[in-house]
Amino acid sequence: MILRRVGRAEPRWANSFHSNQFQDFDRIRREMFRFLDSYPGGYDAPSAGVFPAINVTQDRDNYYVRAELPGVKATELDITAVNRTLSIAGKRTAAEEAGVSYHRKERMDGEFNRSVSLPGDFDSERVDARFVHGVLTVTLPKPERVKPRQISVKTQ
Amino acid sequence: MSDSALHTRETQEPSATEATEATHAGRVVAPAVDIFESARSLTLLADMPGVAPDNLEIDLNEGVLTVTGRVSPPQGPHEEPVLREYGSATFQRKFTLSQSVDQAKIEARLEDGVLRLELPKLEKAQPRKIQVKS
Repeated sequence: MILRRVGRAEPRWANSFHSNQFQDFDRIRREMFRFLDSYPGGYDAPSAGVFPAINVTQDRDNYYVRAELPGVKATELDITAVNRTLSIAGKRTAAEEAGVSYHRKERMDGEFNRSVSLPGDFDSERVDARFVHGVLTVTLPKPERVKPRQISVKTQ
Repeated sequence: MSDSALHTRETQEPSATEATEATHAGRVVAPAVDIFESARSLTLLADMPGVAPDNLEIDLNEGVLTVTGRVSPPQGPHEEPVLREYGSATFQRKFTLSQSVDQAKIEARLEDGVLRLELPKLEKAQPRKIQVKS
């Protein structure tokens, strides 16, 4: 699996470096907590610092890829499916406010690009993507030939 | 510029040991926030992906603003995990508001998983131009 984040390494701070110099530590601490908190859950993959966080599930008919993308416009999302890989790229634009001073700046903005390899084939013609409340859900149907089939046992 | 009349302070981290216990099971995560101040108001932006407006609670009690958002699990009944990087946690964070926030005029909007809280300053806390008459 390829996990990578592309974007500006440094967030755009507001006018004052002085009041913001500890915010990097603050962010790392929060990500650490989120990472450590994930342990009781059992099987969470480490995700600290990776944007967006992605969950992949499957059932009999589909694979589902869900990504947390708060504040990203659906029109700024670029989703591509090649072979068994799904890529989600986009940009989060920070609202430019004139004449304000920042007390906290924890939300990162800039470009991102993540790819996930799925464990099996999917039908790239019928991929469906939905974006609700800042969560992207991509449904990737499994082709008929790989779906599990009931085999009846005949006697005699 | 560092000296502003207005300050928001975080009262506690949800991950810190609390005297009270949450009534809901599951993890509590602090959402990432931006807080900026203009001459008239203070604005708070919080990332709360997956929170529907109905599941968002904003509580103001004795100057402490608590923002809580619950995420209902989006998974279907027969889905099994392949890769999991985030759980359906509850987002919660608390802030102490300064005296200069007009608590009656706080406005909230939730769009694309981002909460935007507008906290206007009280009239007397706003900067005023004073005309000099000759």
